This record gives sequence, structure tokens and C-alpha cells, in this order.
Amino acid sequence: MMNLFVLQLLNGLQLGVLLFLIAAGLTLVFGIMDVVNLAHGVLYMVGAYFIATFAALTGSFWLGLLLTLPAAVAVGLILEIVVIRRLYNRSHLDQVLATFGLVMIANETVKIVWGTSPLSVPLPELLSGAVPLMGPLQYPVYRLAIIATGLAVAGGLYVLINHTRIGMLLRAGATNRAMVSALGIDIGKLFAVVFTLGAVLACGAGAIVAPILSVDSGMGESVLILTFVVVVIGGIGSIRGAFLGAILVAVVDTMGGVFGPILLRSVLEPAAAGQIGRMLAPMLIYILMAALLCVKPQGLFGGRG
Amino acid sequence: MIAQRARLATRVKVALILFALFAVFPPLAFALNDPFLILIGTRILAYAIAAMALDLILGFGAMVSFGHAAYLGFGAYAVAILSSYGISDLVVQMVVAMLGAAIFALVTGAISLRTQGVYFIMITLAFGQMAFFFFTSLSAYGGDDGVGLPQRSTLFGRDILGGDTALYYTTLVLLMVLFALCHMIVRSRFGRVLTGIRENRLRMEAIGFAPFRYQLTAFVISGCLTSVAGVLLANQAQFVSPAFMSWHRSGELIVMVVLGGIGTLSGAIGGAVAALLLEELLGMLTEHWRLWFGVFLVLMVLFSPRGITGAIRQIIGRKT
Repeated sequence: MMNLFVLQLLNGLQLGVLLFLIAAGLTLVFGIMDVVNLAHGVLYMVGAYFIATFAALTGSFWLGLLLTLPAAVAVGLILEIVVIRRLYNRSHLDQVLATFGLVMIANETVKIVWGTSPLSVPLPELLSGAVPLMGPLQYPVYRLAIIATGLAVAGGLYVLINHTRIGMLLRAGATNRAMVSALGIDIGKLFAVVFTLGAVLACGAGAIVAPILSVDSGMGESVLILTFVVVVIGGIGSIRGAFLGAILVAVVDTMGGVFGPILLRSVLEPAAAGQIGRMLAPMLIYILMAALLCVKPQGLFGGRG
Repeated sequence: MIAQRARLATRVKVALILFALFAVFPPLAFALNDPFLILIGTRILAYAIAAMALDLILGFGAMVSFGHAAYLGFGAYAVAILSSYGISDLVVQMVVAMLGAAIFALVTGAISLRTQGVYFIMITLAFGQMAFFFFTSLSAYGGDDGVGLPQRSTLFGRDILGGDTALYYTTLVLLMVLFALCHMIVRSRFGRVLTGIRENRLRMEAIGFAPFRYQLTAFVISGCLTSVAGVLLANQAQFVSPAFMSWHRSGELIVMVVLGGIGTLSGAIGGAVAALLLEELLGMLTEHWRLWFGVFLVLMVLFSPRGITGAIRQIIGRKT
């Protein structure tokens, strides 16, 4: 039981850092540019497809990852220049529609280019295998590496936002866009940087998770909704909130699926417990979100509406 | 005020013309020897009801609900679940669907409406997804795969809706009745308060209205009406699955409303017709119709922000 608990906790943590990588970009785009971007999940999917292609071409996961990052920058920039830039001063409704259109375009394009059958990416040899945790329990090295990467990126973002000039501009931009612009900062360029940063983070998340998932055209969607919940819970525009929200959502989601039915079994008969557990488990994070919103409508660290 | 009256009258006229066209459609389909068109027509009419219900809050209340497909699901599953217990009466099914939708709308609306803007969009989307997962986990009703309906709903204990034409006209009558209802709501004091909140929330609060109560009421009404569309869709397809409530469907509903021009009711009906016809048309031309639909959406937002009505007005140069 203890083993299962530790295992699920680690799985939750792994999903959590992944969600954080995606949510970080999303929350910055929301908070600073005030743009609803439904196409953010698409970037995660595209990252996974990129690494599947590049790793197959070069025969190496690492070279593939190296090629994926500049490709992600390119995708982010193109998307920003062609579509997103024109949406800054538009209503949320317009933003929803245009980025919904982008989701349709991306999902269909992926199907045309890569086909409908899922792709797989081989694990890099360096990180294959498992490490012993406690007793007979083992945990895959690769998942631990994902957790480490995620934490490192979170640390990097913290430094970037709190201790650099560009971070200062980002924070200032989130508080008062017009003032930053009046002080002579090219707000358009700043926005492009933020969006591209978010795109690279999401693509990167898709790339590093590709070896332990099957890469298919629907993978961006489930993640998109989860990241929305993360951003709502954490508070729009807050990286700290995104981090805590991501870990919270992921742990509740993973643990709920396993331990929900077990807990219910102590109060209900097994058959009913299983049935209700299966029904409640996928709804848990939404219930969590609803409960939190009742107490704090702006999320954990949200300042604005 | 006079201009506003005139605009309202135009909208009713547009709606009446649309209804007349809908009414002559089935004989036309028979003349073309393609009765299958009637089923497609029923689907369009049902979506028109849903789009109109969404327009009630989106257009008149500025509430961008991205979880409205959930209410289609409530309607559809009310049919599936009740008929599995032998209750096949359409009226009973609709009442139950509306009750379920009302409760869900009341609870989720009360939470979502504590927020505005981006938050509201994301939270309604999340609640829609919650409903989606709930119905996916109902293994007794097919779970992910959904469940077929052995027969259509009955009316007054008789199998009146068995024929496609009868179902079509029933849907049309409901669309007309609900249009009249929505039109009355929009014109009533309640509707004017709602529009007032859309235009200037602060001012409405200052003159003594509580926006939350009005918005929540509108949200619940909209959810109920959308569930009626769900009941009809289940009958049209004789099949119910969680796919009815996927977030893509919610997005498509918004597209319909915007396509026809928001805040006009008759526009939502026209938008539903246009969106679904475009889907069918693109679907005939290419297997990858979604790609082109997406391109169309992006271009529409970038170049014609006011939907088809906006584009038409631009072309004929009429000012509004």
C-alpha cells in the first residue's frame, strides 16, 4: 500500500511538472497579453510530432530534441505574427473563435502530414532502465528525468521573472500594459517574446513526454483542458500559481483514480464503491476547481479578473 | 429607441422568412427524391435551437459559455436513460432533461458567474468537460461508445415521431415556439436589464440591479432550452454518446452564433444553417473538411469580425 502510494505520488509529480511546463506559457499569455489561446494544447502536440520526426531522421533522441527547440521557436513566432498578433485588441470571443479555428487546422494538418496512426518515440538509452526506490519498488529513470527537467525549468523561470530585466518588463506588462508602452518599451516585441517562450515550453513538454506516450492527434486536447483548470486554480498570470496548481491537479488526478475506490470501499460495499469511484475519479479535479473558486474566485495567486 | 424597434422588427421578419423556407423544405426534398435530406434538416433545426439558446446569454448577456454542449448531452441522455426504463414520452423526457440541465446550470453558473471574461470562458469549458467525463463513465449506457436508441420518443403514447418528416415538423414547431419565447424574454424588462448589464455593468449596479441574479437566471434558461435541442438530436440520430458534449461541439455552437451575428436570435438560426451546410459541403469535397473550416474561421475573425450579417452589411454598404 505504501509502495503504491509512493509510486502514484511520483507519477502525479511527473504529470504535474509536465502540466506546469504547458500552463506556464498559457498563464503568461493570458496574464500579460490578455489573450485566450485555445491553440496552446496544439503546441504540445506539435512538439511531440516534431521529436518523433527528428529523432527518426537523425536516429538519436538527443539530436531530435536539439532540432525540436528551434522548430518550436519558429512555430511560435509564425503563429504570433500571422494570427495571435492581430487578436490582442479583439474581444475574448474573437480570440476564442480564431484559436478554435487554429486547433481545427492543426489537428487536421497533423493527420494529413503524419497519418492517423499513433507514432512512438524510443527512449534514449542513457535514460532507460529503472532505479530502485524502496524495497522491491523500482521507478523508471526517464520519468525521474522529466521531473528533474520540469523542476529545473521552474527554477529557471523563477529567476527569469524575478531577477532579470525582461522578467521585470513582463511583470510590469502584466500590471499595466499602457504604462510600460508609454515608457518606451516596444510592447509588441515583448508580447512576441512571451508568446514564443510559451510555445517553446509547450513544445518542449510535448517533446520530452513523447517517449512515454503514444503520439497522436488528440493528445493536445485533454492536456489543454487540464491546463485550463491549472491556470484557473493558480490564478491567471501567476507562474507560482501555475506551478502549485499543476502539482495539485496532477496529484489529485492520479491519486484519485487509484485511492478513491479504495477509500470508498471502507464506507460502501465493493461493487458500489468501484462504480462510484470510477464515476467520481475523472470529475475530481473539476470538483476541486469548483470548491476552490467558491472560496477564492481569482484562484490561488490571481490578482485580476 | 425607434431604430431599435425597427431592428427588432427586421429580426422577426428574417426569422419568419427562415421559418417559411424551413416549412417548404421537406416537400422539396421529396421532389428531389432525396428524403435523407430531411434528417439533415432536422439536425440543422435542432442545432438552431441550441444556437439560439446560446445567443440568449452570449449575445444579450455577453456570457461566453464554452460548455454549452453539456446541455445537449443532458437532453440526449435524458432520452436514452428514460427510454431504457420504458418512459418514451417526449414531453416527460423534455421536462426531465430541462430539470437536469437547470440544476447543472444553476450550480455551475453560480460558480462561474462569480468571475468574468477569460475566467468565465475557461471555467464553463472545464464544467462542460466534467459533464462529458461523467457521462463517459456511465458504463450502463455504453460509456465512451454511447448507446443506440431502439425507437424514437412517443407523443401522447403514440409513435408519431417515427417518421422523419413528422420529427422534422415537430422540431420546426419547437424552434418557432422557442424563438417566440426568446424574443419575448429579450424584449421584456428582464431582457433589457440583461442587455443593460452587457453594456455597462457598473451603471446597472449603481441604479440598483443585482447583475448576478439576472445573469444566473438567463444562464439557467439558456441551459434548459439547449437541453431541448439535445432531446431532439437524440431522436434524430437515434443514438446517444458523450461525443454530443465534447468541447468541440461547444465551440461549434459559438461559431454558429457568431456566424449569424450575435445578439440577434434570428442570426443564430441562420448561423446554425450556414455552419452546418458549410460542414456538409466541405465534407462532400474533402475528407479533411475541418482544415478548411478552421481556415474559414480564422479568416472570418481576422477580416469580418461581425459575422455573415456584418459581411453582408459591408457589401451592401448599410450602416447599423
